[in-house]
Amino acid sequence: MALSASQMQVGDTHSEVVADDLTRTQIVMYAGASGDYNPVHSDDIFVREVAGYPGVFAHGMLTMGMTGKMLTNYVGDGRLTEYGVRFTNQVWPGDTLTASAQVTAIRTEGDDRLVDLDITTTNQDGAVVLSGKATAKVDP
Amino acid sequence: MAVERFPVEASHIMMFARSIGDPNPVYYDDGEGDVIAPPTFVQASAQFDPDYFLRPKVGEKWFGSGRTPSGTAGSGGGGDGGGGGGGLHAEQHFTYHRHPRPGDVLTAEVRPGESWEKESKRAGKLHFSETITEYRDQNGELVVTARGVGVRTERPVDA
Repeated sequence: MALSASQMQVGDTHSEVVADDLTRTQIVMYAGASGDYNPVHSDDIFVREVAGYPGVFAHGMLTMGMTGKMLTNYVGDGRLTEYGVRFTNQVWPGDTLTASAQVTAIRTEGDDRLVDLDITTTNQDGAVVLSGKATAKVDP
Repeated sequence: MAVERFPVEASHIMMFARSIGDPNPVYYDDGEGDVIAPPTFVQASAQFDPDYFLRPKVGEKWFGSGRTPSGTAGSGGGGDGGGGGGGLHAEQHFTYHRHPRPGDVLTAEVRPGESWEKESKRAGKLHFSETITEYRDQNGELVVTARGVGVRTERPVDA
């Protein structure tokens, strides 16, 4: 299922909706699995009255994890060699997120064929919530 | 967060995959022994850090709400600056030397990176600090190198 460099071109894109009407329950699931129980992600009273936000919001790492699903669906399992992001806007319950990758380079390093990707995840209003880069080892 | 022993287990990978909404069968143990960890899984090493401050601990006050909005209000345990609970996550980068799989027993060694400040319109003064975490396997081989950047904001971020 892995990509093949011979069938790719710079500029190729892949997009997926990785969250559709994000639920508070999904955020709680991420807290439980990751171990990050920061109450800003699950405790509405704390987040409004102490932290000063309008309500709970998603872990940046949940957005990175969901964006990673788009990446592995595109490049194949166990193919990533680099994956790095910036969190540029908060993600809120009810958000619908679309994650996209665009091929910026196809190159050879030693015996490996590598593809470089630019990554962007946007919400339903078109605001970028995550931007970053990844590199994956692909088939020749 | 230094971790002396992070055993990678198939059931933890399953729960993590569910939590990011990923039904990819490679994360669900079917007895074939081909499970690998999703790309951001090593972040869950927090579960194995005995001192991780974003997990409630028996016998210690938790800074989230109970009878009051914060169990540690006034004691400086939370809500300092915007975000509460130690600020926000600004960046995260992973370099994969290989992908962890069930049966691996990882260690995580952490060292501080750079720190810097920036003025922002949306949240006042921002204090950034970087940490580098090296995840090694039971043979001492490097598996994942992680670089995280946290940010403390002067006030909550404007929407």
